[in-house]
Formats: sequence, C-alpha cells, structure tokens
Amino acid sequence: MNDALRFESIRCTFVARDNPGQRYTAVSDVSLTVAPGEFVSVVGPTGCGKSTLLNVAAGLLAPSSGSITVFGEPLTGVNRRAGYMFQTESLMPWRSALANVTAGLQFRGDTPEQARAQGEEWLRRVGLGGFGDRYPHQLSGGMRKRVALAQTLILDPDIILMDEPFSALDIQTRQLMENEVLELWQARRKAVLFITHDLDEAIAMSDRVVVLSAGPASHPIGDFRVDLPRPRDVSEIRTQPAFIDLHHQIWMVLRDEVLKGYRQQMTVAAP
Amino acid sequence: MKLRLYQLALLVAVLGGWHVLTSPTLLPPFYFSNANQAAFFFGEPLKVGERIIDWFVTGDILIHLGVTLFETLMAFALGTLGGLGVGMWLALSPTAAAVLDPYIKALNSMPRVILAPIFSVWFGLGVWSKVALGFTLVFFIVFFNVYQGVREVSPNVLASARMLGASQRQLLRHVYLPSAMSWVFSSLHTSVGLAFVGAVVGEYLGSARGVGYLILQAEGTFDINTVFAGILVLTGFALFLDALVSVLEKRLMKWQPRGGETEKV
Repeated sequence: MNDALRFESIRCTFVARDNPGQRYTAVSDVSLTVAPGEFVSVVGPTGCGKSTLLNVAAGLLAPSSGSITVFGEPLTGVNRRAGYMFQTESLMPWRSALANVTAGLQFRGDTPEQARAQGEEWLRRVGLGGFGDRYPHQLSGGMRKRVALAQTLILDPDIILMDEPFSALDIQTRQLMENEVLELWQARRKAVLFITHDLDEAIAMSDRVVVLSAGPASHPIGDFRVDLPRPRDVSEIRTQPAFIDLHHQIWMVLRDEVLKGYRQQMTVAAP
Repeated sequence: MKLRLYQLALLVAVLGGWHVLTSPTLLPPFYFSNANQAAFFFGEPLKVGERIIDWFVTGDILIHLGVTLFETLMAFALGTLGGLGVGMWLALSPTAAAVLDPYIKALNSMPRVILAPIFSVWFGLGVWSKVALGFTLVFFIVFFNVYQGVREVSPNVLASARMLGASQRQLLRHVYLPSAMSWVFSSLHTSVGLAFVGAVVGEYLGSARGVGYLILQAEGTFDINTVFAGILVLTGFALFLDALVSVLEKRLMKWQPRGGETEKV
C-alpha cells in the first residue's frame, strides 16, 4: 500500500528577494512518511520549519530539492487530495459561516441545494447548527475554528494537514476541539499530518510523534510510536502512566532542541 | 434629539442672519452705499426660497435635475466598472503594473477638470462630455482602491481557497473581487461625490441642460437669487445621494465588523 504522504530528502532554502546573498535553509534532509489513516504529529521548537513542511505537503510551496509523493504519485501544484487547516484566520470574511463551509463544494461545482444541505449537516456536526448565517466577525475564535474544520472536512480529503490549529484557543476550548477532531477522525480514518508545539497535544492525539531539531536546516531527530488505546479523551489520557512515560522520553529529546533554538534566537537578536 | 435641535437652530440662525443682512429695508446700509447692493451681491433668502419652490411647483427643474442625475450615475457606474477592471488587471499582473506605473501617476496628478473643454469637443455639449469628465474623476479613486484591495488580500484566505479547490477564475470571482469590493465601498462616498462634481462642472462649462446650466444662465443675467437657489438644490441633492450610498453600503457590507462593535459569542 502506498503512503499517503512521503517526503524524501526535502530541503527548503528561502532567498531574500531584494538580497539574493541572504538565504535561510528552513528544513533540510527531511524524510517522513504518513500512512493512510495514520495520525502523525510533528513537534519542534518555534521557528524550526514545521509550517514549511506542511506547505510543501499542501503543494503551496515547492521544495528546493527532494521529492514529495502523495499516494505514490509525485506532487505537482496544489495537493488536491489534502485539506488544510491553517494556524491563523483563513475564513473568507465576506461569506457567512454556511457559505464558508460550502465554499469547497461550490468550487467543485455542486448545486447550491446539495451544498447547502451538506453544509448545514457539517455545521451541526461541529456544533454550530443555527449559526450558518453569521459572519466570521460575529463568531468567537473557537467557533471560527469549528467553521474552518467543517470547511476542510466537508470535502472529505484523504489527507488532512493541520498547522497548530488550536494554538490561539484557550485551554478548555482547545481540549473540546481536540476531542471533536479525534472523534471525527476516528469515524473516517484519514491520514493526518498535525503540526504543533504542544507536546501534550501531540501525544494525546497521534499514532506517531516526530520531533524536529531546531532551525536552521531542521530535520527529524526522533520518531515515537504512541501505543495508547483509542478512543481517547485528551484530558483524561494525560494522567495515564504510559502517557507520562512517553512524554518524558520525548521531552528529553525535545528539550535540548528547544534550548538550542532559544539560544539561537537570542544570539540573532543580540547585536 | 437635542443635537438635531441645535442643528436646526444653527440653520435658522444662518438663514435669519442672511435675511437680516441682505434685506434692503430691515437695516440701514452700513457697508454698501446703496440699500439694494447687499441683496444684489448676496441674494435674499426669501426670494431664493421662492425660486426653489417655484421650480418644483412648475416642474421646471425636474428635467435639469434628471439630466444631472443621469450624468452622475453614468459617470459613477462607468468609472467604477473601469476602475474595477483596470485595478484588478494591474494588481494581478505585476509586469503591466510596473510598465504603466509612471503613466498612471501622471494621469492621476493631472488636474483633470481641465479636460472638460476637450471632452466637449469630442463628445459634444450633450450629456456624454459630462459623463466623460465624471468618469476621469471616479476612475482613479476606484482604481487605486481596487489595486490596493487586491494586493492586500490575506495570503491565508488565498491559500485556503486554493486548497479548497478554487480555480484561477474562481479565485478571481470569490476571493479577489469581494476583497476589492470592500475597498470600493469604502470609497463610495468619495466617488459618488466626484461623479456629481464632474457632472455639474461639465454642465457649467458648456451645456444646454442640467442644474449647472441653470446656474450659468442665471449668472449671465446677474440673477444672484437663482444662482443661490441652484446651489442649494445641488447641495440638497448631494446630501440625498450620500444618504442613498449609506443605505447601499449598509446592505452590501453587512459582513464587515462595524467600529465599536464587539464580537458576539
């Protein structure tokens, strides 16, 4: 069976447009696979190129070298089999919640009635039935995230890419959303590539946790299998001995990188 | 409510002052040597009012107002469409924008009212020369706003729409256009006002119909009361157009958060 996503020696070097001599290699030599139906989290210190990897997987960013294959086929252009949930606001502010959710169906050419029925069903599924006519600015941050989630999942993508989707939420809302996502994922079992800087979140949700080194030129330095039983409850699982054990193991690897990344940022900042 | 009262009082005070200072009989002339001279230069509010009422009762003004309105709306519609089209095009093709940049700057900084005589030669003394003048005024306002609006589309929204499967055309229709329209609407008041200015100035410089023409005719016969009447009608009309724009704006831009409004949970 082909991997849903396969990164092979991916390297991304950014060049400053007005100064070609100034270059920054965000990720280098990244090889990573995500099997169909597998939930993989990528953790790493801030600024280590996690989002870069996700943009590569989405086809929004072409790698400087290396290759990426999607279900065995090399990726060219935007990844049509993937849905992307962004870290920051990505809803169209001029569309109501329902119109935002059904945007993908509309682009695909579904009839308005079909799209509407499906959109309303998805809004109910993410707990926003009856909020369809609200505009994004009338919704709270958590509700906007739910709309974004429905907008992504309504197209039933085979791969779901998530870029710290809940980092802007308060801890309670966040745990609720994490459980909701897990529940939805459990029902459909899509491949998920989940980016986060929160190790608890990563372990609680995933089948595998990949640790990236500090940038520049970050690359995976650890790959941990999470053998905790499903279905899980993200707030309860945190107290289990197996979870604490795993957390300790991964943190040992991650801690040095976090400190390294922090020091690097300090030296760059200092004159 | 109290504010309205003050506003009304101010209006009455200004009109009253105007009446007292220009009436030949109320005050002895303290500046002009002749009692009628103040009225000659500054008009008399009662006669101005009479003239306005007369215009509307006989319906003489309607044809002129209609012409001015038509010119304003045409200039506004064509200018907006033109600005929208060219703005989108240049915002989405950087090469063309780079090539045309100095020319657009030049055209924009040119005092375009001066083109009015040329338009009269090209399009005659009818409505179209006025529409053309209004167009040149509206076009640049809308153009710059659309250009800015398209370039400031949130990269996140754009990427998100692409991931949702939007084609290039769908991006244009569902992302760039709505984003640009919010900028167009924010300049709606200005562009309607300028379309109106274009129409009236064009009429004033040479025409056979329109409120601007009425004012020009009255000036020719030193009929200062009619000039003032024309100015007041134009002002009222401009206020009316502005109110219309406000209503339109409110209906079309309901997705935008209003200033001071808090997020509803």
